[in-house]
Amino acid sequence: MMDEGLILLTFAGMGVVTYLPRWLPLRLLAEKRLPAWVESWLDLIPASILSALLLPSLVTGGHPRGLDLTRPELIVAIPTLLFALKTKSLGGTVLFGMALFWLAGRLAA
Amino acid sequence: MNLPSGPSPTEPWSEAVKPGLAAAWPICLGYIPIGVALGVLAQKAGLRPFDAGVMSLLVFAGSAQFIGISMLSAGAGPLSVIMTTFVVNLRHVLMSAALAVHLQGRSKGFLALYAYGVTDESFALNMARFRAEGWNWRRALVVNTASNLAWISATIVGCHAGELIPAGAFGIDYALTAMFICLLVLQMRTRLHILAAAVAGTLAVVLSLLMEGNLYVVIASLAAATICLPRGGGKKITPGERSGA
Repeated sequence: MMDEGLILLTFAGMGVVTYLPRWLPLRLLAEKRLPAWVESWLDLIPASILSALLLPSLVTGGHPRGLDLTRPELIVAIPTLLFALKTKSLGGTVLFGMALFWLAGRLAA
Repeated sequence: MNLPSGPSPTEPWSEAVKPGLAAAWPICLGYIPIGVALGVLAQKAGLRPFDAGVMSLLVFAGSAQFIGISMLSAGAGPLSVIMTTFVVNLRHVLMSAALAVHLQGRSKGFLALYAYGVTDESFALNMARFRAEGWNWRRALVVNTASNLAWISATIVGCHAGELIPAGAFGIDYALTAMFICLLVLQMRTRLHILAAAVAGTLAVVLSLLMEGNLYVVIASLAAATICLPRGGGKKITPGERSGA
């Protein structure tokens, strides 16, 4: 590891390049009314991103990444999804998923 | 503190705190095990708790911080760490663009403050809340701030006492996954949204197997939203025509 000053400087640099992509679109887009097609495009982004973040985390694992359909994350996700569809409750789904995942860990041990 | 107050008919800050915190708890809960794990990693890499806390304050981006610490302890130089961080966090461009729709007309100061707290989790949660009734920009900022504080605290606790905390206790490692599952369900408002999610998820899985890193998130989301955008209503509206829209 390098010296502490350089490390903190590196962190500051990481902070800047993390902040800019978060700030620029807000700064540029929140001022004006967006064209309708841009709004309907942006409206599809949350569902797309959530799915693109979630699905690989459920069905892939290991180094290097490989397909794995036996992960407890995936198995627990199925009843958790059903629970979410039925209740639409965020807090309830979080607790339900945690409890099942904990149980799955115990059963596997 | 000079908090910006726009011309909004919303409640005062003092009344936004409670509902904001009530919404933020799944994120805070989910950040605890990850932040603690980050603290443990930082401590093993030879960082002082102060440095790790400063990192979580300055960067506030989980996966990039894990990668950054691993790279630093493997002897990588500052520039390559910073460039990797940039690529890993590029996905937030899309999130901030989508959030901008709900933050129209807010002051520059507010936007600058808000941008700091845009994470995968706060984005997903606030987008779902903005859709529902009774959400506003003050509450959204409370969610960001609470998440941030949980993240920084968990990092520092992890540095000091990470070994004392049992791994996997109470299924806490699954909190954020379960939250994402429910937030995805809440986003399934029309067939188009379901289609976009299916396309994005499938593309993301395939691409994640083909390429290193996490740029597949951005590529899959961009592609899915573009493919699924209805062509008929997709006419570009120029500024002159806007008033009719």
